[in-house]
Amino acid sequence: MNTILLIINREYISRVKKKSFLLTTFLVPLLFIAMYAIIFYVALNNREPVTTIQVVDYSGFVADQLTNTDHLLFIKNTDDAENVKKQLEQGKGAEILLIIPADISTSQTVELYDTEKKGIGTFSAIENKLNDVLRSKALKDAGIDMSVLNSIKPNVTVRAKQLTVDGEKDSSVGATIGISFGLSILIYLSLFLYGNQVMRGIIEEKSNRIIEVIISSVKPFQLMMGKIIGIGLVGVTQFVLWIVLTVGLTAAASAFMINKTQHTELIVKQQNQTGTPQEDIQHTTDSSSKIQGIIESIKTIDYGYIMGSFLIYFIGGYLLYSALFAMVGSAVDSETETQQFMLPIIMPLLFTYMLSFSVLINNPHGSLAFWLSMIPFTSPIGMLVRIPFGVPFWQLALSVSLLIIGFLITTYVAARVYRVGILMYGKKASYKELVKWFKYKG
Amino acid sequence: MLEINNIIKQYAAHRALDNVSLNVEKGSIFGLLGPNGAGKTSLIRIITQITAPDSGEILFDGEPLQSKHISRIGYLPEERGLYKKMQIGDQLLYLGQLKGLTKEEAKRRIKHWFEKMEMQSWWNKKVEDLSKGMQQKVQFVATVLHQPDLLILDEPFSGFDPVNVDIIKKEILELQCSGTTIIFSTHRMESVEELCHHIALINKSKKILDGAVSTIKDSYRENKFKITYAGLQPIEAPEPLLFTIENHKTAAATSTISIRVGEGKTINQVLAYLLPLVEIQHLEEIIPSIHDIFIKEVTAINAN
Repeated sequence: MNTILLIINREYISRVKKKSFLLTTFLVPLLFIAMYAIIFYVALNNREPVTTIQVVDYSGFVADQLTNTDHLLFIKNTDDAENVKKQLEQGKGAEILLIIPADISTSQTVELYDTEKKGIGTFSAIENKLNDVLRSKALKDAGIDMSVLNSIKPNVTVRAKQLTVDGEKDSSVGATIGISFGLSILIYLSLFLYGNQVMRGIIEEKSNRIIEVIISSVKPFQLMMGKIIGIGLVGVTQFVLWIVLTVGLTAAASAFMINKTQHTELIVKQQNQTGTPQEDIQHTTDSSSKIQGIIESIKTIDYGYIMGSFLIYFIGGYLLYSALFAMVGSAVDSETETQQFMLPIIMPLLFTYMLSFSVLINNPHGSLAFWLSMIPFTSPIGMLVRIPFGVPFWQLALSVSLLIIGFLITTYVAARVYRVGILMYGKKASYKELVKWFKYKG
Repeated sequence: MLEINNIIKQYAAHRALDNVSLNVEKGSIFGLLGPNGAGKTSLIRIITQITAPDSGEILFDGEPLQSKHISRIGYLPEERGLYKKMQIGDQLLYLGQLKGLTKEEAKRRIKHWFEKMEMQSWWNKKVEDLSKGMQQKVQFVATVLHQPDLLILDEPFSGFDPVNVDIIKKEILELQCSGTTIIFSTHRMESVEELCHHIALINKSKKILDGAVSTIKDSYRENKFKITYAGLQPIEAPEPLLFTIENHKTAAATSTISIRVGEGKTINQVLAYLLPLVEIQHLEEIIPSIHDIFIKEVTAINAN
């Protein structure tokens, strides 16, 4: 067997056999499924409690027109405002007291008392209701017929479609951003974790002193590449297993979830037949169609394309960064000494990672995003964030080519430093030293 | 077997090897001596192709040293090292395969060595569970597993108890008998005298001494003798030209003197003078040990 294959084999097998590998491989998809399940559970069961509102109406026309919703229950109170306030203080009656002054049409202000802080949602819901009432009144006063008003109930939803060479397709910005975030986090963590494993492996060999035994049998370059490739394959194996497990489990779970959604919908519809207010029906169908919408948009995303790009950028970025990590590992005697070299290595990654949450996602086709997705040090994150938004093929091809050139260069530089560094002990390496090592011939 | 010609190795401001040439004969045990930092490890690393010289050439069996020779060289570095968490058997299998053995062949040889060194039960053990001496044994097996034609041993006895030193010594001699050439780097001069046929002394990047152990010792003879005779009375030299007495010791009923025979005189002439005077019990030439030669050469140079 070729020696480099032997090294790859050892690095791969010794890691895949570890308990921690098996544990993370099986736990992560389960966590993913659990998150998925929690999101569904919350979406389905998040019914806010009903807030009752006592309305003392001095204007005489508002209280009658305030319609109840799922969360707000308006009760007209003809009592004096001060009495109701006292009751409220003693904890009797409603949670909120709304006092509508006689001159509301002109002052446009109401007073509200509550016993506990309510969410901003409750206040804005009340505001909206009052606005509707006042607007209707004003329109009516201006002489517009109520039946005309009722017929004008616009309800606009934005159906985002993206024009591509393949024709138009549904696109959901929400799901796209979610996937961009996910990819950004995943590639950042995995580049860092697997690069770190390469570095630790090299430090281990160096501090074990086995390095001299090994490189009297193989070339330092073979040892370095064997380690990098072996650990990279561990990463690829892990991702492939994650994808397989997650897809399998998600398919099973979503089949189960969708069943449940239809079930609850049915129950609500049955209730509707027994005479619940009109608004309720509206609301329920709204929320279930929203969930349906998310599921739809998640389905429209081209997973094969995204996973394929992820693997390409993981492999390219990993090869580029692990060479740098290997260089650092060879230059130090122990892990505590790595600090000074780590910062410049992780800076471009960290920088792009931070930007990916703001600039890149807000403007995935801007010039900053374009350059970040071209520079080999930043493109693994920069490009992956952009991919769910759609990237022209030439940009993708250029970025991947630059990444390949980038890792060829870093590997060359790293290998030259590595072959000297691994034999240096007790010398505190500086950048100057690394440059000197790089220049050694032979 | 190995011919080293005019090797120069420069590390930035420091010249590690300065025009070093050596010739290691096939089947011999060659002692590579020198104080710490003299350049021995640099030379060994060049032979094992871990680093390359700046100039000079190395011939292995008459051919310029190439990477194909790696599988014919076995190297036991001074700083031992094994993967701590890997099982001994797997580890040896891996190291053997790196040297070009097939898996089956490596397995067969490991079993053979395990029996020989009485470590049959170690296959599944991890290195971190072994004592230092046991680890050294594993390391030795790893070095010789592929039956190298050239074996380079850097301080092979460090970390061993006397029993194990003898076991390893026996194995080294056995390998030598079967035709293996051995380069032996150590600071233990007694084992050099015991094992080596040839030595080279490197000091401050330069070779200062090189040759067969007996020849070198011969050239360091100073015409000194130790004579033991009955009786306690001192002896006077008749004239300093014949001999001078450097030391006189008495014990029970005998005296021992160390003498230096005068220029142009022989020990026989000294004896002719002494025979009528005392009853001689013992006569021995004082030959400098490698240890003495080492110290003499190194201190002489370093003093300048």
